[in-house]
Amino acid sequence: MFLINCPFCGEREQSEFKAGGEAHIVRPKQPTELSDDQWAEYLFMRKNIKGIQFERWNHIHGCRKWFNMVRDTSNDEIKAVYKMGEKPPVK
Amino acid sequence: MKNKYSIFSLIKNAFSYHENWEKAWKDPEPKKEYDVVIIGGGGHGLATAYYLAKKHNMKNIAVVEKGWIGGGNTGRNTTIIRSNYLWDASAGLYDHALKIWEGLSQELNYNVMFSQRGVMNLAHNLQDVRDLKRRTHANRLNGIDAVYLNTEEVKKFCPIINTSPDIRYPVLGGTLQKRAGTARHDAVAWGYARGADEMGVDIIQNCEVKGIKRNRDAVEGIETTKGFIKTNKIGVVAAGHSSVIANMAGLRLPLESKPLQALVSEPVKPIIDTVVMSNAVHAYVSQSDKGELVIGAGTDDYVSYSQKGSHDIVEGTLNAILELYPIFSRMRMLRQWGGIVDICPDASPIISKTSIKGLYFNCGWGTGGFKATPGSGDLFAHTIANDEPHKLNAAFNLNRFVSGDLVDEHGAAAVAH
Repeated sequence: MFLINCPFCGEREQSEFKAGGEAHIVRPKQPTELSDDQWAEYLFMRKNIKGIQFERWNHIHGCRKWFNMVRDTSNDEIKAVYKMGEKPPVK
Repeated sequence: MKNKYSIFSLIKNAFSYHENWEKAWKDPEPKKEYDVVIIGGGGHGLATAYYLAKKHNMKNIAVVEKGWIGGGNTGRNTTIIRSNYLWDASAGLYDHALKIWEGLSQELNYNVMFSQRGVMNLAHNLQDVRDLKRRTHANRLNGIDAVYLNTEEVKKFCPIINTSPDIRYPVLGGTLQKRAGTARHDAVAWGYARGADEMGVDIIQNCEVKGIKRNRDAVEGIETTKGFIKTNKIGVVAAGHSSVIANMAGLRLPLESKPLQALVSEPVKPIIDTVVMSNAVHAYVSQSDKGELVIGAGTDDYVSYSQKGSHDIVEGTLNAILELYPIFSRMRMLRQWGGIVDICPDASPIISKTSIKGLYFNCGWGTGGFKATPGSGDLFAHTIANDEPHKLNAAFNLNRFVSGDLVDEHGAAAVAH
């Protein structure tokens, strides 16, 4: 259990949010030209990092907007929260 | 040769106040080189080493474990064993394990306390009823014992369930697998460790893997906190940390690691003599031999390696438990803990070769790996020894995420995660 600072609503309990997995996975621009390996990479393969991870979250029981988060998955410490389309504020 | 455990050894050791039992396994330092190194000293890893030595005649084997053996998910699960999965591939895999469980205590000369008390899966809505009936038929076609029970039969089999039609999600029926049950989780790790040690396997504890050395497309060894170990074959059985090891070798896996929680109550007299699981409301409960209720909660939906998990997940499970078992309303919970489970997109495991020669993965067991421990070890040992999968784990290869030939077992995961 931890608190998340929604960029639209402010600080709320994590149980109000839905995790949306790894962020910044870009949908292939030319889907018809992809090999099966490339599709598998896009659809299924994940970094699943122990440490600093970039991910998407949705404030599903609040404003229902998507946003990005930088979080340390080894201790659940949130490093930064930023809106969709923005560049991550930390590396 | 180890001394055999028996009533006579028990009596003999009683005369020395049980202070002179021989050690069940040694605690060696790593050698410079092994034929096979297994990363991860949980039940699956130790079973793999045991069957490599026993069935494939390999002698120079090491199991490296970053903590102590059985201290990860092997010691954190809710000990349920069953094989009532939907698809043919899964039925083959899990029933293979169940058949080994049935003779495991005798084979290992170690009491794993396997108890075939039955597992009941409840239906709470029309779709549940249809799905469970379909699964019962599929199970029986695969030679797995399964029966469908109506509400009265559910009540008869487990009288403390509230089968009143007035509850929020009434019990409409359920399935029963009588051969299913529970086992003592620690004993499984210890029994396999003792058996593997006897055949010369080095079980190296407090030895964390820091890197995998590759020469182009083949592995050459591992860097550990106890130095470099040379080997041409590495079997990774690292559960929640599989992706961490894969990243060391430059691989990506289709896994997400998430916290899964469980809890136990204070010990009470025998009240529930089976295992009851309910997918729709996410509640499952059994009772340990010590008398504690053993309750499994769900996974959190975010990636985390923190072994904690959120309180609302536990609260949701307990709400459902109390609705189904009003008799537990005054029980106090004693302990709660979390483990990190590696979940595959299709809720089926991976027991597979990889694109790197000599690197094998046994992972993706997600929320239900304990039940498969003996079968998983047996099949993974076969895969490593022959550099080819056994026919029972051929479907559980890594390439299925490229070919699309997935084994979707979300329905048979028994509780929705």
